[in-house]
Amino acid sequence: MNAIEVKHLTKLYGPARGIEDVSFTVKKGEIMGFLGPNGSGKTTTMRILTGFFPPSSGSARICGSDIIKDSIEARRKIGYLPESVPLYLDMPVFAYLRFFAEIKGITGKQKKTKADEVMQKCGLTDVSHRIIGRLSKGYRQRVGIAQSLLNDPEVLILDEPTIGLDPKQIIEIRNLIKGLGDNRTVILSTHILPEVSMTCDRVIIIHEGRLIAVDTPTNLMNRVLQAPRVMVKAEGPSEKIVSALVSISGVVSVAKNGFDADGVDLYQIETDENAYVINDIARSIYKNSWKLKEIRPVDMTLEEIFIKLVTEEKGR
Amino acid sequence: MNFLVIAKREVKAYFTSLTAYAVMAIFLVISGYFFYTNLVLFVLMVGTYVKLGLWQHTFYDMRFILLLLLPLLTMRLFSEEKKLGTIELLFTNPIHDMEILAGKYIACLFVFCIMLLLTILYPILLAVVFSVETGPLIACYLGLFLLGSSFIACGTFISSLTENQVVAAITTVGVLVFLWFIDWNEGIAESAGVTILHQLSLSEHFFNFIKGVIDIDDVVYYLSFISFFLFLTIGSLESRKWRGKK
Repeated sequence: MNAIEVKHLTKLYGPARGIEDVSFTVKKGEIMGFLGPNGSGKTTTMRILTGFFPPSSGSARICGSDIIKDSIEARRKIGYLPESVPLYLDMPVFAYLRFFAEIKGITGKQKKTKADEVMQKCGLTDVSHRIIGRLSKGYRQRVGIAQSLLNDPEVLILDEPTIGLDPKQIIEIRNLIKGLGDNRTVILSTHILPEVSMTCDRVIIIHEGRLIAVDTPTNLMNRVLQAPRVMVKAEGPSEKIVSALVSISGVVSVAKNGFDADGVDLYQIETDENAYVINDIARSIYKNSWKLKEIRPVDMTLEEIFIKLVTEEKGR
Repeated sequence: MNFLVIAKREVKAYFTSLTAYAVMAIFLVISGYFFYTNLVLFVLMVGTYVKLGLWQHTFYDMRFILLLLLPLLTMRLFSEEKKLGTIELLFTNPIHDMEILAGKYIACLFVFCIMLLLTILYPILLAVVFSVETGPLIACYLGLFLLGSSFIACGTFISSLTENQVVAAITTVGVLVFLWFIDWNEGIAESAGVTILHQLSLSEHFFNFIKGVIDIDDVVYYLSFISFFLFLTIGSLESRKWRGKK
């Protein structure tokens, strides 16, 4: 059974469109990345899945429970961290967690055990008696994640869990999320692209409320990968270099692409898919006794894939 | 029993934030002063009327303090959660909107009841030196309790409309003052119109109680007033479902 099934979700804000006809499924145990620029509809989709508001049309199921007809039951299976990481700032960490444990129907001794367990998991044991308002951003984020884990949710929905953290904290939170994904389904949204390829099994790309692509990060890269590219760093008369390189068979285009910190010129070379031209390029530069400083094939970054997919969509 | 979980947290929040202490202290100091000055007046001037007149005046004065103080208790109920964003967590946890509202309303009512109970000290002190009739006193307390509960219901609703606590408090005071004085000037309408205004007015129904009369009409009026505003609050909380903004 799929952990999350989303069918034709549309959400209208008055005349403005939140999301339009979004459908996807997430398998059990999968970490699904939700990728898109700010305002693309990530939060809207998550709020529908968590029962914050219903969609204008369409339906969704969380582990078999309909999010509209069976909202409370569906919410029991979800752990949710909203983007703003809402916290009662005047409460100590342990009290905050016990309060939400009780809301989630965990009572008696279980309440304390569960709260202690998630504090342990999120590295909060040392600060359990501190007032939340006095904690650093990184710790607050952990308290938010801890809250979402209290009911051992089958589905975890995290809205921008690493936003506003310093690099060290980002790595810690990412590892925490990876660890959580072992036995549960996770949806996490982000607009930081490398994060997706690092943590997620599959990616959903959403733009202006519409689903553009659902695939693994690697497949997405292959899908938009056209001609491989080569980056060359060389010293010499740039016009001559360009004309020499273009004449090599298999090279499609050569563009001078600025220069590095030492003032050495950079060239971006698009090549034919099947040709292996790096040797020829190197030979040509060597023959002309220009100085070759660096030469390497360039992978397409997720940023470029994203922009490419978005422009493809627009052109359609 | 989820609403009790909410209520428990709210009551704790009232006391840890010191709001409850501040509101209670001010209420007790001012109502104690009113009680004392009224007592002095009745002892000097019209001693025979102490039995009823004293309570009538004291409770009449007390509702005025409540009108200004209770909005300070209700202002945070939803505004604070909206500001902090925690309302989104409550809405996405397995708990009904109704339970959230019930918990919050009951918590505020609880703090208000403590305030009222502490004022029982005045009749007890008086009873040491003078006979106190309990009948009219019970009517006075019931009236003040229903009136306060209505204030709280109205304040809860207004708090659900804004994330700014100060705006919530000011608006609540404004609405309550308006509903208090709505039938003050009888010259503004035909007699039929004035009758309707009398029925709507918060003050008109309160006067019967402090005269020592418990009329079922007045009780029903306050209960409908409370239900009306709690119903509006549910509507306001559910508006997220069609408006789409928090």
